[in-house]
Amino acid sequence: MKYEAVIGLEVHVQLDTKSKMFTRVPCGFGREPNSLTDCVVLGLPGALPVMNYEAIEKSIKVGLLLGCDIAETCKWDRKNYFYPDMPKNYQISQFDQPICLGGEVEIEMPGETPAVMGKHRNVQLTRIHLEEDVGKLTHYEKDSLVDYNRAGSPLLEIVSEPDLFSPEEVFAYLTSLRNSLVYAGISACDMEKGQLRCDANISVRPEGQQELGTKVELKNLNTISGVKNGVEYEIKRQIRALEKGEEIFQETRRWNPEQKYTTPMRSKEMAHDYRYFPDPDLMPVKINKDWVEKIKKELPEKPFDKQRRFFQEMSLPYSITSALCPDLALCNFFEKANKLANNPQKIANWVVNDLQRELSSKKTDDFQLPIDQSPVSPQNLAELVMLIEKGSISNNVGKELFPEMFSTGKPPSELVKEKGLEVKSDQGEIDSICTQAIEEDQDAAEKFRGGKEGAINALKGRVMKATRGQANPKLVDQTLRRLLS
Amino acid sequence: MSSIEIVDNTVSQLSLLLSEKKLSSFEITQAFIDQTNRVDDRVHAFLHLDEKNFLKQAEESDERRKNGKTKGKLDGIPIALKDVISVEGQPLTAASKILENYISPYDATVTRKLKDAGVIIGGRLNLDEFAMGSSTENSAFGPTHNPWNLDCVPGGSSGGSSAAVAAREVPISLGSDTGGSIRQPASLCGVVGMKPTYGMVSRFGLAAFASSLDQIGPFGKTVKDVSLLLEIISGHDPLDSTSFPREVPAYGSLIEDKLEPSVIGLPKEFFGEGMDQEVRDSVDKVIDFYREQGHKIIEVSLPTTELSIPVYYMIATAEASSNLARYDGIRYTSRSKYSENAIDVYAKSRGEGFGEEVKRRCILGAYGLSSGYYDAFYLRAQKTRTLIREDFNRVFDEVDTILTPTSPTPAFKFGEKSDDPISMYLSDIYTISTNLAGLPAISVPCGFTKNRLPIGMQLIGKAFHESELLSIAHAYDREHNFGCESPQLV
Amino acid sequence: MNESETNSMDIDYVSNLARIELTVDEKEKFRGQLGDVLKYFQKLQKVDVEGVEPTAHAFPRYNVWDEDSPKEPYNIDQVMMNAPQSRNNQIVVPKVVED
Ligand SMILES: [Mg+2]
Ligand SMILES: [Zn+2]
Repeated sequence: MKYEAVIGLEVHVQLDTKSKMFTRVPCGFGREPNSLTDCVVLGLPGALPVMNYEAIEKSIKVGLLLGCDIAETCKWDRKNYFYPDMPKNYQISQFDQPICLGGEVEIEMPGETPAVMGKHRNVQLTRIHLEEDVGKLTHYEKDSLVDYNRAGSPLLEIVSEPDLFSPEEVFAYLTSLRNSLVYAGISACDMEKGQLRCDANISVRPEGQQELGTKVELKNLNTISGVKNGVEYEIKRQIRALEKGEEIFQETRRWNPEQKYTTPMRSKEMAHDYRYFPDPDLMPVKINKDWVEKIKKELPEKPFDKQRRFFQEMSLPYSITSALCPDLALCNFFEKANKLANNPQKIANWVVNDLQRELSSKKTDDFQLPIDQSPVSPQNLAELVMLIEKGSISNNVGKELFPEMFSTGKPPSELVKEKGLEVKSDQGEIDSICTQAIEEDQDAAEKFRGGKEGAINALKGRVMKATRGQANPKLVDQTLRRLLS
Repeated sequence: MSSIEIVDNTVSQLSLLLSEKKLSSFEITQAFIDQTNRVDDRVHAFLHLDEKNFLKQAEESDERRKNGKTKGKLDGIPIALKDVISVEGQPLTAASKILENYISPYDATVTRKLKDAGVIIGGRLNLDEFAMGSSTENSAFGPTHNPWNLDCVPGGSSGGSSAAVAAREVPISLGSDTGGSIRQPASLCGVVGMKPTYGMVSRFGLAAFASSLDQIGPFGKTVKDVSLLLEIISGHDPLDSTSFPREVPAYGSLIEDKLEPSVIGLPKEFFGEGMDQEVRDSVDKVIDFYREQGHKIIEVSLPTTELSIPVYYMIATAEASSNLARYDGIRYTSRSKYSENAIDVYAKSRGEGFGEEVKRRCILGAYGLSSGYYDAFYLRAQKTRTLIREDFNRVFDEVDTILTPTSPTPAFKFGEKSDDPISMYLSDIYTISTNLAGLPAISVPCGFTKNRLPIGMQLIGKAFHESELLSIAHAYDREHNFGCESPQLV
Repeated sequence: MNESETNSMDIDYVSNLARIELTVDEKEKFRGQLGDVLKYFQKLQKVDVEGVEPTAHAFPRYNVWDEDSPKEPYNIDQVMMNAPQSRNNQIVVPKVVED
């Protein structure tokens, strides 16, 4: 029998706000333990929550970006359970009136080759709700330590329908979701910093069967590849179990990334009796049309929409757009330069190849130089492309020049002038250099005269070498042919 | 003036003495400390009193006065707070073993407002653990005794706050009222106590019992004193999302205005069975007084009254079960010595640290929210709460004020109701529905039983109409002044 | 829901849910008392609440929020002053079984 997997994802994304969800203590990562707290974060007697406007607005933005229905009103509920990382032993969350309903995430599957675009599909979302994050536990041999710095940070939970059918789709979904959220300035979505975390609900069923199999919740998927590997393993495990005639238990399992398998978590007794009820300390949120319209105007173009535009309006090849589009800053740089040079293909090539190479050569602590700190400005790149197009410098000179533009930050025209790199187009001078080249390589000259077309390249090479590449290639070609005829 | 004479004064009188420089804040504060030392071993209103710090603040107030920098009418007047209101650097136990060693690192908003007004804050007052109770017998640190009869309870949960004023240990105090916890002890101790409209006084810094019902409110010997204190503690607070953005009128001066004739409603459901005859007689005299003053007295009906107790206990315990989850032995509460893993820490620390009533209510509340029971209990209670609110709205179309007894009986004996939760819950029958509707209500002393136990009447006002409510209460109080009578003990 | 379902409770389940360890005596006592309370609460089951909106707040309002401008957090002494057990500026808890 063939089996098919059905997967739904719950993705938690930390919103990029300055202060926490229900108090104005700063948010932050990598700070001294317990240095980002106050009475609200610690849940001291008498502390009360106050909503963060920015977090609400950012959540609406995510909802609009993903095509959700934005709730006219949403409210806050308490999810009650005991755990040491949760200071109040309840989490303020949204139960039956989430801020966004429905929506979808467009995904792209890998193409046949990296140069070919893969299939696109929309994955359906169930809902998005806003809640507060918990603290961080570090486990030691005999005890655990709690740091509440993360506790209370605004956290968005994006819940998909069981609408993903393979580990590859899961990977594509997360990649696309992350790109969109980074585009909109919602979150940096750095999984290493816990800014994006993922749980997967996985079941398998015989192909063709309508109803879903027993669902297993998979936790501890802390990297994108971990998600892919964990999901892959769990699907295989379930299929193997079914093939052996075993039963799948509805349970929560944990992905062990070192040993690469999943293990059942010790089932929390009554873990699902959360006793949700409306939080009496908070008032509901009403979202009117004007507010939604205002946020709509601030929405960025989505990555796949941008890619389609680059195909249609600029005829850029897939391989280039797929390198550009996941990175909004790169796209912005490209579009700025292109506006000046109006040569999308060339500009895109320079950005994707040369600029990217230089940026990553400036790696410090595993981070490449951000593009907004690039010493080569979009103006300078545009100028370079225009110099080459006009024939003022050769492509080769351009290639040599670029690293220098990057290290000095100077515009190409200035460097060309400084170094006397302008193309030599003086007929008299070219004549004498070409004559000298023919004298020096009689052999090649004879071969060319004898009908061997390719032999002219050896002569051209000599001319270029003598002029350090600055001779106008067209003129050199014409001159050599004249002298050899 | 001797210290015994000083403590018999109202805040209005003390304020005058201060401004005429006949007394210093130091002398006043010292007099109340002396009185506390004289009587509190019997009354046990205080859980904690830092005399040095108390007197230091008084000296600072005197210094301000000397330099013409007095902060207001109540600058230099001592106060004590129910032990659920945070004061930076002071203990906050909520009368619970679980918070026995807790020191608050921050000021409640009311605390900050009192400090800004120059009021001298000293001491923590006893209560039923986490404000759960009607007798102050549920304190982990021993009960408070009624100054009028030490064998009787002072009421609760703010029994320390009412007893301290009645026993002249402080001229004014703050309590909190979730279902009558200010008004019922005020009534049983013969002082004035008021629960403001929900949202008028910030809850920031008040250890929560039931968030949608809790309000902080003032105690004093007279309605006038209570209004002066209310003026200081009221007002919008951005740190409390349930605080209402509204201007605070100068209650203290408004209540002297001449009263227009108004309509007073007597809800027939409140005057039925279960009411003590002496209570009934005293309240009848109040009715006569208002009638003679030209007010129109009419009978009204609040048919949902009998539902208010189950609705209240369902909502309050549900909210409490969640609010008290934070007291878990992890971050700042006492941790059981017998816990081996994290789950043990919770169950054992809470089992050891909470008293019986708190455990009972947390369990009842968790049950009402639990899977399968939510609709039948919590949600149903919330819907019925809507009916109770509508009842009041309808009555307030006809009347300006509602008059009722505060408590069906005068102070009862220790142990009389402590093992019968329902009869204890019934002692809040007249006060509970106003919390559910969010309305302001005040208890004013209106006489004594033949055994010299105080009796109180309750006036309920329209939402946010504190001025009118205080005025009509003052009209009675200024003529009778039962709160100024001193118990024998003193 | 019928009457017998709403006037008794599984005290072991609920006390565990509320994370409150009860002694055997307490359990016995509470079972009786809370049974009585629930019986008294039967009144609630008879109210006609068809179409009635629940009241979460006596005076409901909307959109009570604050601008996203950070303020000073607690210093570490304020955080740790009441901690029953701490190490390296963190709260120590007995081993949390990964579950
Ligand atoms: Mg979830
Ligand atoms: Zn979540």
